[in-house]
Amino acid sequence: MNQSYKPTKEDFQPAAKSVRAEQISRPSLSYWQDAWRRLKKNTRALISLYIIIGLALFTLAGPFLWNVDPALQDLNQISQAPSWPKQAILVDPYQRWGGIVLDNFPAEPDDYLDIIPAPTNLRVVDVATTKRVRITWDPVVGAGGYSVYRNQRAPETINDLGLPLGVTDGGNEVSFEDRLNLEQREYFYSIVPTDGFDESDTYITLVVLPDLAITMSEARERNLLAQDTKLGDSIAIEFHPFGTDYLGRDMLARLMEGAQVSLFIGIFAPLLFVLFGIIYGGFAGYFGGQFDSLLMRFADFVVALPFLLFMILFKIAFGIGPGESGVMPMLLALVLLGWPSTARLVRGQVLQIRENAFIEAARLLGAKDHYLIIRHIIPNTMGVILVTLTFAVPSAIFTEAFLSFIGMGVAPPTPSWGSMCNEGVKTMLSHPHELFFPALFISITVLAFNLLGDGLTEALDSRMRSKE
Amino acid sequence: MLAYTLKRLLAGIVTVWFIATATFTAMHMVPGDPLMNDKAVSAEIRANLERKYGLDKSAPAQYVIFMKNMLSGDFGISFTQQNRQVNDIIRDHFPVSATLGIMAIFFATIGGVLWGALTALYRNRLPDIIIMFLVILGISVPSFVFAALGQLLLVNINSLFGASIIPVAGWGTLSHMLMPSMVLGLGTMALLTRLMRSSMLEIVNEDYIRTARAKGLSPSRIFFRHQLRNAILPVITVLGPQIAAITTGGFVVELVFAIPGLGRYFVQAVQQLDYTVIMGTTVFYGAFLVLMVILVDILYGFIDPRVRLS
Amino acid sequence: MKYLLFLMTLWSAITSAQAPVTSADFEEQTISIALTQEPPQLNSMKATDQVSNFILPHIMEGLVRYDRRGRIVPGVAYKWEIDPDGMGATFWLRENALWSDSKPVTANDFVFAWRTTLAPETASEYAFILFPIKNAEAANKGKAKLTDIGVTAIDDYTIRVELERPTAYFIKLTAFATYFPVREDFFNSRGDSYAADAQDLLFNGPFRLTEWVHSASLKMEKNETYWDKEKITLNEINAAYITEDSRARLNLFIDGKIVHTRLDGETYKDALTQKQRIRSFSTGSIFFLEYNHRAGRITDNLNLRRAIQHTFDSDKFVNNVLATPGNLAAESLFPVWLQGVDDKFRKEYPAEVAVVNKGLAAEYLAKAKSELGIEEFPALILLSGNTPTATKQAEYLQGLLKSRLGLDIKIDKQTFKQRLAKMTSGDFDFVLAGWGPDFDDIMTFGDLFASWNLNNRGRYSNPDYDEQVRIALNNVDPKTRMEAMAKLQKIIHDDAVILPMYEQGVIYLMNSKVRGVVRRVVGPDPDYTYSRVIK
Repeated sequence: MNQSYKPTKEDFQPAAKSVRAEQISRPSLSYWQDAWRRLKKNTRALISLYIIIGLALFTLAGPFLWNVDPALQDLNQISQAPSWPKQAILVDPYQRWGGIVLDNFPAEPDDYLDIIPAPTNLRVVDVATTKRVRITWDPVVGAGGYSVYRNQRAPETINDLGLPLGVTDGGNEVSFEDRLNLEQREYFYSIVPTDGFDESDTYITLVVLPDLAITMSEARERNLLAQDTKLGDSIAIEFHPFGTDYLGRDMLARLMEGAQVSLFIGIFAPLLFVLFGIIYGGFAGYFGGQFDSLLMRFADFVVALPFLLFMILFKIAFGIGPGESGVMPMLLALVLLGWPSTARLVRGQVLQIRENAFIEAARLLGAKDHYLIIRHIIPNTMGVILVTLTFAVPSAIFTEAFLSFIGMGVAPPTPSWGSMCNEGVKTMLSHPHELFFPALFISITVLAFNLLGDGLTEALDSRMRSKE
Repeated sequence: MLAYTLKRLLAGIVTVWFIATATFTAMHMVPGDPLMNDKAVSAEIRANLERKYGLDKSAPAQYVIFMKNMLSGDFGISFTQQNRQVNDIIRDHFPVSATLGIMAIFFATIGGVLWGALTALYRNRLPDIIIMFLVILGISVPSFVFAALGQLLLVNINSLFGASIIPVAGWGTLSHMLMPSMVLGLGTMALLTRLMRSSMLEIVNEDYIRTARAKGLSPSRIFFRHQLRNAILPVITVLGPQIAAITTGGFVVELVFAIPGLGRYFVQAVQQLDYTVIMGTTVFYGAFLVLMVILVDILYGFIDPRVRLS
Repeated sequence: MKYLLFLMTLWSAITSAQAPVTSADFEEQTISIALTQEPPQLNSMKATDQVSNFILPHIMEGLVRYDRRGRIVPGVAYKWEIDPDGMGATFWLRENALWSDSKPVTANDFVFAWRTTLAPETASEYAFILFPIKNAEAANKGKAKLTDIGVTAIDDYTIRVELERPTAYFIKLTAFATYFPVREDFFNSRGDSYAADAQDLLFNGPFRLTEWVHSASLKMEKNETYWDKEKITLNEINAAYITEDSRARLNLFIDGKIVHTRLDGETYKDALTQKQRIRSFSTGSIFFLEYNHRAGRITDNLNLRRAIQHTFDSDKFVNNVLATPGNLAAESLFPVWLQGVDDKFRKEYPAEVAVVNKGLAAEYLAKAKSELGIEEFPALILLSGNTPTATKQAEYLQGLLKSRLGLDIKIDKQTFKQRLAKMTSGDFDFVLAGWGPDFDDIMTFGDLFASWNLNNRGRYSNPDYDEQVRIALNNVDPKTRMEAMAKLQKIIHDDAVILPMYEQGVIYLMNSKVRGVVRRVVGPDPDYTYSRVIK
């Protein structure tokens, strides 16, 4: 105040009453209403919502849009990587081949040479198809037989010839038929002459790319034939956008069918046992004393029981017949054995929170115990609860996969994402798509719940509100 | 404090007794028995075997015998390895699993606390997103994948250097323990990261943090003195049972890395229905778990003075 | 871009380089291997599993042994004679066969071992392999004294054996681990802990067990007291790793830590990058689908079994489902390696093969339905183990029988003991089963489905079958025996007793520096006794 201020009488007149000053300008919101409002605006929660809707559509609507039988085995397309639709040639059914055994050449060598020269003129007989590849070569003096090898790239040394397919019976048997799991890729066949006992150090290699082939009867069985197709024509065979598994079953269809079980177990089992754990841990932590001790010792007891043994017992106790899908008993088993960790976490948090001043204050105001627990304490443990929930989802999915290992859970051929992962691990390096896709879907599910959890935390947790 | 510990130990003994009884009952209710094998044996030999191992008595009678033996510390002889005492099996192999477990927990805790704190401090920025992505990957991919990949990584590292600098499997030296314990600790590390993050986020806005900052304390001092100590309680809560879980659940890692631990024995024992080994290891693990939980509960009181141990 | 190229070259360098091999040492003549599991039992009188039967013949020796070509050659016995009527045999032992404590191996050691194996209290699961000896079975059942068993030590170096019935293949049996000698005083001094650790065993074989860290490793060193030690080049076999995981073993091989690993359907593709020779070998085991023949079971119906017989294509199964080299399509219960009269049994008596024919199968199925008086078949239960191979095979069968015959198959996956329990109690319709040979004679498969055989878990019972088995058991003349077995083969086909699926083959990696390793169908496999490390 650097200018002189002379108060006047008017300055002390009461001001006009303004109603507006006392109006509440924003609608009054309860805790949950506020939380809901904030959740709706939260980006993370929104993303997770979209993902969850996507997964739901995939599971429920997927099978109708992609109407392929997940149990249909196609031995022509085992472990195929995802690819564009393929064409196959129609061929005759497989006929046994007598092979080529020469009359004018000795079966056993007359002389045992130190080094037997490599055979020459290694060539394919007929057309090489994925049904069979027939090769023949010119015999070489001193040979008492020939070893046949197959590799998937050009061999560099004599030790690098690849898979030993077999040995021919005598120096005059100069042919071999390969039917071992042929795919439409380059194969390098190598022939090593032997003297009947030991192999020589020489070899000859041939590269062969078999055509993808299918027999008329197989094509007819699977309704792939059009009216006028005949032998030698090229027809389109089933398209597998995500590839196939180790028995030639469509990955996409299996993922859709597996989603049903995995999502059901992966969502409901955690929800149930976390809910149970919250109530159990909340009450134990709040009341403390003997009650707490008793409850916690029981929780310890449950954790220490040997899981596998009790699962086997559950399976028998629930009378799951052979080959039946025991999903409900498995759900029950997962819940019964999964709640202790949540309970303990929640109890720990409750022990901390109940010492806070606002609890004491609420109690002084006359709040009953269960009101305090449900209304005040538990919302403050939301952070921990949501973390447990996020971790419980993949844990339930993998436990379900483990249980199908002992025959509980889904029965073959019904897939689940977890068991698909189990199977995919074995071919992880050679056919990564068998592991990649189920793991991807599990990751997406976990991501969705993680984001939802984060969103919920930001919306619900009172302490985080001040960040805005 | 002493009275509390004694009370807990007593309760622990009762718990272990319950565990033993429940397991014994379950074991005998499951079809099959330790004596069945691929090659069938004649009725006479079978009778002899049953007599030799005391399986010819009724289940309650066997239970009484088992309890009596257990009290004198004798868990009997393994059915599958007929010259080894169960006590010897536990004594030889538990330290291996324990060492593996402790190292795994060590990695998991350091990693979990560190990453969790980082994500909380850099919330919604790049480090947070990357770490959370890795966490999700860490829990969505099954552990045997990581074990196989980890071993493969070692093979490739060795061939890159042209010498076998890190052993890809086996047990004996510190370098044998590195990869297996990291793989074993991954799941727990992911869990601890998440827990740490959520509890740090809650604390970061507390008044006392603001006060500390207003007082002019350096960020690292605030972090270590105030934030860490308060945020770590959920981590401690989980740590006790996690130690027990990791030490007993290292089956996959022990298999892939050829580690002579107790986890492998235990799983095989359940599959072979090796009664004595199942009982011995379950009781032992149960006691171990109970002990861990007691330790953790006592630790609570030291870390958070507000928590009264009734 | 340059960075990318660099990464790519680095990556290809990584994936194609190999670590130097430390698993085979030429100077020291040592090799390192991995075991698939901890040997449960190194007591030769009680051992039943594969790992123990791999280790035992390396560290101990019986009356005879196998040479590099799989023929029976002298072991502790340098000479033997079988009586013309086949009812007895005499063995003369060499005097320079010593135990690892330098005391000689005597006839009493064999007598003691065989008597103890048969003693009821020992409860040995392989006692049955001694049953050709007179009174052996009776003694095992407690109906005769141990001293009544037909084996006596005429003197310290001569053994006389009386047989229960003319057993042509008795000599071959004595190569088996259960027939190995055990010294009485040593056994008694160790009591319950006999064979519990390396110091609780005596060795008379080419190697001795010097170190045994349970579940971790095992070391065998050349036995300086072995009578034929001049022939043994290798100084040490170090089983440094024990793990069931085949991928872990492959990684150990790639890392240069072990000289041998078996490959399976998934790991062989990774092994192709290793530039080591992949070899294949037939294990001599046969795998089949075993039907439940108990009365009241649907699978007791012959026409149903015939329908399945004409649907299953073993060739396709071997080539596309098993998909590893070495497996053979199965045509009979008897695998191809079994010896007949002068040549292989299957060459002299080829098996009949059921042709895959949809029409024929459908006919049989219809006949079965009308015989059973049903419109549709109820769900059939396929009992299977829970290993990945078993699951794959079971799922394949399920898909095949559903698509070709319209049969609804439920797969009953069980863990090991539960599956055994169900097999014994007959709680299945069919089960995936297999059988491996114990000794080198057709009888190791021949009596499998005799009605008295406890391993005949499907309880197949056919007096004709039993008759043929008895003929083969009680005759010494090879022609008579083989004729009987050929008839048996026909019965198995006509009566569709089982559905033979495949003869097992394995592929494996063996370090090319190690030579002279023998793969065996019977006997220790792989056999490192005569192997050596080259430069």
